[in-house]
Amino acid sequence: MIEGFVRSDGRKGIRNVVVVAYLVECAHHVARRIVTAADDLDVHLIGFPGCYPNSYADRMMKALATHPNVGGVLLISLGCESFNRRGLREAVLASGRPCELLVIQDAGGTASTIRAGVEALERIRAEAALVPRAPMRLDELVIGTICGGSDGTSGITANPAVGRAFDTLVEAGAACIFEETGELVGCETIMADRAVTPELGRELEAAVEKAERYYTIMGFGSFAPGNADGGLTTQEEKSMGAYSKSGSSPIAGLIKPGDVPPAGGLYLLDVVPDGEPRFGFPNISDNAEIVELMACGAHLTLFTTGRGSVVGSAISPVIKVCANPETWRRMSGDMDVDAGRILEGQATLDQVGAEIVELVEAVAAGARTRSEALGHQEFILTYKSFEPIGPACLPGRPSRVMVV
Amino acid sequence: MTGSALILLHPDDNVLVCRAPVTAGQTLTIGAVQVPAGADVPVGHKIARTALSAGDKVLKYGAPIGSMTAAVRAGDHVHLHNMKSDYIASHGRDAASEQRA
Repeated sequence: MIEGFVRSDGRKGIRNVVVVAYLVECAHHVARRIVTAADDLDVHLIGFPGCYPNSYADRMMKALATHPNVGGVLLISLGCESFNRRGLREAVLASGRPCELLVIQDAGGTASTIRAGVEALERIRAEAALVPRAPMRLDELVIGTICGGSDGTSGITANPAVGRAFDTLVEAGAACIFEETGELVGCETIMADRAVTPELGRELEAAVEKAERYYTIMGFGSFAPGNADGGLTTQEEKSMGAYSKSGSSPIAGLIKPGDVPPAGGLYLLDVVPDGEPRFGFPNISDNAEIVELMACGAHLTLFTTGRGSVVGSAISPVIKVCANPETWRRMSGDMDVDAGRILEGQATLDQVGAEIVELVEAVAAGARTRSEALGHQEFILTYKSFEPIGPACLPGRPSRVMVV
Repeated sequence: MTGSALILLHPDDNVLVCRAPVTAGQTLTIGAVQVPAGADVPVGHKIARTALSAGDKVLKYGAPIGSMTAAVRAGDHVHLHNMKSDYIASHGRDAASEQRA
């Protein structure tokens, strides 16, 4: 049984981590020293490195600091950066979580801020430990999926196995999110046919067209040299494999980073910024996408890999589903599920899909994933900009009372 | 390991995927015919199911994943050296070194 950590907004967490957040790169070192001193798998480092204001970063940091898996927050500011530290602190306190703010320029510099931070962290951890627990059902879970280090086996084994798991989880009422519209180039028409309304279908197609335009201007698709070493040749081949992670459920909505799914069902997360390219590549590496899934409330992420990614994440555990049997044999210490057995005729997609669902339940009940136990807590957040989603994107959403 | 080294993912496909490493010259069974493998081909890579010409769409999962840039025989390795994207160009590790400011 899953014993969730009850939060004031009605959501429940599957972890009760305390995050130390730097609000500019200049405060990163001090924040890291405080986390290192804690030496605790449930104290995590997150942050935003930029000095200039950005509403996306502001929204993401608020969403992450009040994520259901987070029980308390310590903010580390240098002092002169433009991040709205008081706004973030107020948002965390308003959510019922303990939160303290240290400003290095006011606290006497590096050494004294680290000392004060270590003490503050003790207070926050003690208060976070008092959070009530309650039984949590599968339909209260938000689950993301991502592929990284894909190869020619990913689209045959791990990705469709995650698709089967997603079908089961959606059926059980969970909210499941797939993403990276740049990795759906070539799949837009077949995907649009799965939308619950034709209007949503058009939004899904438009999101992929936006991604294709964006990547074309940047000069690169979402395609790494290792993908080619592993047998993939083109963006559309990678896309077809990536798309199979979504399974076969109807697509209930299109969301953007920071939008929490309003109900169970399958959602596409649009990760490509709106407008002309301003801040560079949509997602500079896999963890940037995991961070956006978490900002949408993902309690955990199903990460498929053929070449062998080792990453985990701050805040939300990562379940690694290994597509390639040779990679499994080489790197099994980093992998949670051996989907390569499908390729060798030793398991079916349905069997591996069922294994993934069992593992989701076990991890939600507290079992550590491989990357989590190894201490992987990768986190990266950079500049982006988004427009809010349009009215056709969440057709099932109850209409809101407009306050004039 | 049971069965063939190659998988057909969709009946419309004109490429097969290696589920075990293939060695150049190894006899491959493709449908009712037997052909020699054109090259060493690693797990996850593609092998032509039929003869293909430059400009032909490459079909995998029953969907077009790009176009041939050169002709191949059944049994040949289909990869970046003889096919390309119909959307966005793929790049290798030397791409950044080749870029100009």
